[in-house]
Amino acid sequence: MELRPILATLRRHKVILWLLMLEIALSCAIICNGVFLVAQRLQHMDMPSGIAEHELVQIQQAPIAPPSDRYARAQEDLATLRAIPGVQAVGMSNQVPFGGASSNGNVMLSPTQPHRTLSAAEYFGENLVQTLGLRLVAGRDLRPDEYVDADVVIRELASGSGKGFPVPMIVSQALATRLWPQRNPLGRLVWLTPTASFRVVGVVRTLARANAYDTATAQYSMIIPLHMGADKDQSYLLRTRPQDRQRVLAAATAALKRADPTRVVTHARTYDRIRSDYFKDDHATAGMLVSVIVAVLLVTGLGIVGLASFWVAQRRRQIGIRRALGARRADILHYFQTENFLIVTFGIVLGMVLAYGISLFLMMRYELPRLPAGYFPVGALVLWGIGQLAVLGPALRAAAVPPVVATRSV
Amino acid sequence: MFGYYFNLALRSLKRNRTLTLLMVLAIAVGIGACMTTLTVVHLLSGDPLPGKSSVLFFPQVDPENPVVGGATEPRPAMDYRSAMDLWSAHRADRQAIITSSPVKVRLPDSSQPPLMPSMLSTSADFFPMFDVPFQYGSGWSADDDAHHARVAVISADLNQKLFGGANSVGRILRVRDADMRIVGVLKPWRPSPLFYDPWSQNFSKSEDVFAPFTSSMEINKGNFQAYTCWHVPPSMGDLQNADCVWVWLWVELDSPAKVRDYARFVDDYANTQKSLGRFAVGSEHARLRDLMAWLTYRGQVPGDVRLQAWLASAFLAICLFNAVGLLLAKFLRRSGEIGVRRALGASRGAIFAQCLVEAGLIGLLGGFFGWLLTLVGLWLVRHQPVDYAHLAHLDAAMFTVTFVLAVGTSLLAGLIPALRASRVVPAWQLKAL
Repeated sequence: MELRPILATLRRHKVILWLLMLEIALSCAIICNGVFLVAQRLQHMDMPSGIAEHELVQIQQAPIAPPSDRYARAQEDLATLRAIPGVQAVGMSNQVPFGGASSNGNVMLSPTQPHRTLSAAEYFGENLVQTLGLRLVAGRDLRPDEYVDADVVIRELASGSGKGFPVPMIVSQALATRLWPQRNPLGRLVWLTPTASFRVVGVVRTLARANAYDTATAQYSMIIPLHMGADKDQSYLLRTRPQDRQRVLAAATAALKRADPTRVVTHARTYDRIRSDYFKDDHATAGMLVSVIVAVLLVTGLGIVGLASFWVAQRRRQIGIRRALGARRADILHYFQTENFLIVTFGIVLGMVLAYGISLFLMMRYELPRLPAGYFPVGALVLWGIGQLAVLGPALRAAAVPPVVATRSV
Repeated sequence: MFGYYFNLALRSLKRNRTLTLLMVLAIAVGIGACMTTLTVVHLLSGDPLPGKSSVLFFPQVDPENPVVGGATEPRPAMDYRSAMDLWSAHRADRQAIITSSPVKVRLPDSSQPPLMPSMLSTSADFFPMFDVPFQYGSGWSADDDAHHARVAVISADLNQKLFGGANSVGRILRVRDADMRIVGVLKPWRPSPLFYDPWSQNFSKSEDVFAPFTSSMEINKGNFQAYTCWHVPPSMGDLQNADCVWVWLWVELDSPAKVRDYARFVDDYANTQKSLGRFAVGSEHARLRDLMAWLTYRGQVPGDVRLQAWLASAFLAICLFNAVGLLLAKFLRRSGEIGVRRALGASRGAIFAQCLVEAGLIGLLGGFFGWLLTLVGLWLVRHQPVDYAHLAHLDAAMFTVTFVLAVGTSLLAGLIPALRASRVVPAWQLKAL
């Protein structure tokens, strides 16, 4: 295909050419960044929790007992829950991954350092490794005889004595790697206050935080053997087979109510619910972005159809002359297709620059990462495709112009 | 003249229906997307208390000791002692000390299962300060605050649940283990954003039970929640003597002089506490923002919504380019007709005006369909799982903006094509006929 006549024609229609190019450039920029944003959301929503998500249900309740009775009541409740048919393991926790409400501690590597090294999630509770289905990669699980009542620990800390410390604990692999890169974390000490020291006895592969906003620190977690007692911030976790979850949830709620009819269950839900609630904003935003991208493509396509039709109508006479001089239908078809390809290519080149600019702007305003180069070809391919699709109809109509038109005055 | 142009425009639009439809559709989709997101931004960035917001202030000091490395702003709440000190000084025209906690509520003589709503613990000034509307009864008095009175105000929602919406003033409510006399029932009240609560989701609903701060400290002892603690509390949930932030303050200051005085008072307080060794930082971390400044600092419009607004504007720009191209095609196609009109004596201005009338008409049509699409878009937003969903309605202002934007953009889009059409040289066109 000879390009020169096409370029010569385009040079005579500068305004329309620029309009089309700008439209395509803007679409290209929006599509590149839009697809990237969607991919980011999807990746964020895919963040691993490290737990057996589809096998867990959670029950949370209002405070049921005066502080002194909390521990005994929690043990009674756990026994009640363990007796429900279909329950494989029962645990208790002050938070769950992606649960939203979080409990975090300032981790220090020496009791005298003035500022914290980092902040990590503190999981307090019963039987968490087994109930959550965590994978131990080093060391051992916490033993039942290592658990202490929270009030005892608080009293010791308030009196300033270091009695009972260091307490054993489990850390996530991400936290261990961050605190002691390339060294064995087992047996090492950390401090959460100048007197409260903890010794690492086990490492689990993954355990996400309850408020995992930042991917870099989302997996910094510790499990500490404290009896917390039945309280509003604690929840019971039950592990069961996926198909038994609803039945176990109903049976467990009923059993707890039977044990104490005045109690208020504030949450009774599957873990899948917790996760989808946490990521619902990302889900909504991704959906919105996808619809904007589709709408942009649609409008751009419609614009190309409109202008191509106009050009075809305007050049009917020339097309007739070319046909009369021996051009085949395929030549006319290819002429319009090539013309569209050229315009879209100019637009894409402009669009890449714009896409990069928008990406820089987004990086500044919304702390997003830089647009990876891999997304530029995506925008280009999509726009070439849309352009060819949109021009096909008008180009076919042009190819159908009979040579006899040349002899008529339009 | 305008009538004639309007008539011409109508004829022209009818002549090439596909092209007309494409243009109207392009503008409608652009306007629809743009107005949906702009309406959401407009609603989310609104003033929750118009006329009052400029006299309401949120004082902050930083009791955290030692401070977390690198912190430049204080936490959005204070420890009990600092908040009590500032509140009981009574240096403002009105002042409310506030904290919020979940609490078990039921009727003493009912078999209904207990509920677990949020309780707002505050002082008497809260209700007049924030213009809280009452259905029955009223708030409590400063005397009730001082005497730890067992009185409560409940929301319309809770009143509906417990009493079927009847006047429940004088009835008794069992809050945890204490009996409280209801003195007031609110009208449905849902300030958006929930400006007075610095921790809440911005657009969540307000509390169901309101009780005097002094008495709720006794009633719900051990169940308050800390925003954060820098030392382990002496016993779990007992925060009054703990190094935790969980209480905050709002004050009303009616004149700029009072604002200056109060700001100095807060600074002095922070500095005194620092010199006493209780605070690590003094007035560097003391703040006194007014309501709107506080909301801006807090970032009340979610980042996602801003992103959507940017995207929608870019989308409108694409639709605009599209409309320019299509209008250009449409006008230049009529070069012959324009040539005849020019030859018969029409001035360039007349052609220009005629083209703009046509562009405006397209804008009007696009605006109408765009308005319908906006309604659909807002309906979709209302069905999204986001906490501001209930707000998404088109108000009169945004309805007007829809049409102004539609006609404005299409006139803008019509400028270049109209200019080109008015420069058509009549002789060439006549020759070609």
